[in-house]
Amino acid sequence: MKHVKGRAAVLLASVASVALIATAASAQTLKIAVPTFLTGGSAPAFGIPAKNGVELILKGINEGTLPAPYNSVGLAGRKAEPLFYDEMGGGTKQVTELRNKAQKEKVDMIVGYISSGTCAAVARVAEEVKLLTIMTVCGTPRVFEELVKEPKYVFRTVAHGTGNNTGAAHYAAKMLKDELKDGYIGLNQNYAWGQDSWRDFNLAMGEIAPDVKPAKKQQFPKLFSGQYGSEISALLRAKQKVVHSSFWGGDLEAFLAQGTARGLFKRKTFIFTVGETVAYRLGKKFPSGQLVGTRGPYGIYAVGIDTPLNNWFQKNYREIYKEPPSQPSYQYAQGVLAAKYAYDKAMKDNGGKFPTTDQVIAALRGATFTSIAGTVEMALSHGHQAITEDRWGLTAYDEEKGELVVKDVLVLGAKCVNPPDGVESVPWLKGGMKGAKCG
Amino acid sequence: MTKYMDRTTWALTIGLVLLIVVNFFVPEWFRSILLLSLARGSVALGLLVLWRCGLISFGHALFYGFGAYTVALIVKYLGITDAFFTIACGVVVAGGLAWMLGFLLRRYRGIFFALLNLAFSMILYGVLAKLESLGSTDGISLERTTFLWYAPEGAANKFALFIFAAILTWGVALAVHHYLRSTLGYMTTAVRENEIRLEFLGYSAERAIHVKYTISGLVGGFGGAIAAMTIGHVDPDSMAYWPISGDFVFIAILSGTGNVGAPFIGALIYELIRTYAFDQFPEIWQLIMGGTLLLIVMFLPNGLWSLVDRWSKRRTGRDRLEAEREKA
Repeated sequence: MKHVKGRAAVLLASVASVALIATAASAQTLKIAVPTFLTGGSAPAFGIPAKNGVELILKGINEGTLPAPYNSVGLAGRKAEPLFYDEMGGGTKQVTELRNKAQKEKVDMIVGYISSGTCAAVARVAEEVKLLTIMTVCGTPRVFEELVKEPKYVFRTVAHGTGNNTGAAHYAAKMLKDELKDGYIGLNQNYAWGQDSWRDFNLAMGEIAPDVKPAKKQQFPKLFSGQYGSEISALLRAKQKVVHSSFWGGDLEAFLAQGTARGLFKRKTFIFTVGETVAYRLGKKFPSGQLVGTRGPYGIYAVGIDTPLNNWFQKNYREIYKEPPSQPSYQYAQGVLAAKYAYDKAMKDNGGKFPTTDQVIAALRGATFTSIAGTVEMALSHGHQAITEDRWGLTAYDEEKGELVVKDVLVLGAKCVNPPDGVESVPWLKGGMKGAKCG
Repeated sequence: MTKYMDRTTWALTIGLVLLIVVNFFVPEWFRSILLLSLARGSVALGLLVLWRCGLISFGHALFYGFGAYTVALIVKYLGITDAFFTIACGVVVAGGLAWMLGFLLRRYRGIFFALLNLAFSMILYGVLAKLESLGSTDGISLERTTFLWYAPEGAANKFALFIFAAILTWGVALAVHHYLRSTLGYMTTAVRENEIRLEFLGYSAERAIHVKYTISGLVGGFGGAIAAMTIGHVDPDSMAYWPISGDFVFIAILSGTGNVGAPFIGALIYELIRTYAFDQFPEIWQLIMGGTLLLIVMFLPNGLWSLVDRWSKRRTGRDRLEAEREKA
């Protein structure tokens, strides 16, 4: 038996030494760990487009072919190499993996994370291991409002979920007056994201359109249930014409198919806050006249925004991946651009020498930078949380182009849909959205 | 006293000393993997106790999750971060749950037992995922663990937690080992081999199973509590979802039921395979894990520990041969 323990010790020692050797070999390239869903139900709509977005933008950065202001090669002159890994499996795995990436592989930063649950799990650990972490898609405001109130290493380069639901409320109140006569109703999955989304939307509606009442009972079917027969029946019976839904991925696709078959979308106008992620996949099968959200100028809303960077991104993405870039492609690429912006700026501030991580962090904190199809302001939570404009519109299928587009688009300013710095999102919504600047 | 000093006791003690020494030298990421292995190994140890009487649970994440969430909720709502207190609560709550469920589950065997466990664990998952006050799917984050008056920060915290967890795990493994060697413990094998005969000997098989189930719940809760402190965050997907129960069964199969030390070695190897599969094959890492399990089942049906058994048997055989030769 003793010998076995001895064997185990040899194993431990050898593993540890392999790890030490592996860490010594980081040369002049930057290593960016990119967690994204490579397997499982979130891969097709989120994970893979996100991965493609990173690959494309990094190719442009490493070759120096991006349009200005990003036309220099590399991040602060160094080429970057992405290390994609899977975001499946819950918080425990992701926390372990973050430690591995930080301490075993000594990556320079993490750019990624899709699920709010993952972001909540890793935020404190990222601070603990002092790894620059740029969160790109996850939406929960809790990251900076509850978990890491004094962030140093963690940034998020997209607006959080509150702004998106506030934007939806603005759009509904302004553009859907007739439909809202009988109030609105919620259809959200029964878990954190669904509950938060409904709460934010409902609170925002209460402020923006106080005369319009929500239905007495909202629907909260369970996550991944896949069958929505009874929900669709209940919705068809309900008098409310406007339905708020934060469905995504496979659940959303199933719901759209089942609802279309029963004529649901001819009688209701849905607000699909994450709808764009399946829009291109379904194409013509996506019902027309529904609201889809992207939490900013991304994906379907970026089509036709005429900036050199956006034209480059649209053209190359379509050429390489044979499909239009969707929301996660933009948001992940935006995270990488934020890193490039910060490294380049930090190098300039450092007199042309390669910057330290602290200098990069200082450069990104509170920065305003040009992204692919819009401007990102790192305005909240001590300059670590981004705000962007929000866009909402109705889906329509463009026969000529052969793809889904949005029409009647309303652009809402960043300061209109997001709380001012230092104010948490739920108290802001409850307190009458003080300080909102809507044009 | 000497009755308690058998080979396993010695080996576990040496293992503990080794772990504590290793703790001074390992990089942080590896310490975290070792800590997780202790936590997951503990749950697999709980499975081993059941396995010895021919029962397998597909829902041991139930106790793991209960232990973990008990710690998290105490930290969140009572503000107590003391490791000793929270872990005691986690163990007691999970054990209590196992004791209560035991009244029902002790009547079932085989696949019914396995699936009922799965059902209960998925009820817990459903409740955790739906209730906002329990953090829903985003989970709950824990404040930094403290040890009585000692509140280390940064890397020192994990360092202290490691020593704390290693000593406790050592105690747990020893306790289980000596339980298994007691009369009640040996009854496990009797339950597996011939339940009717056991009843005729005057013992209650159901009662024996009930005790074992409670023990495995206690140990599972212990593992969960350690995991919660190690990760600093609990969420239903990594604490109570069914694939987590599957992980524990995987570890149990990988390690085999030969010895109470086996689940910990199995858990460590599992974590290492997963870590490297994750790194090297990000798109097919599940396939690597499944393939490993398949290979183990095909070539080492009694787990990794059977290697040790085979090896020590051959050795004792050779020793005997040499001794006889010397005599001659």
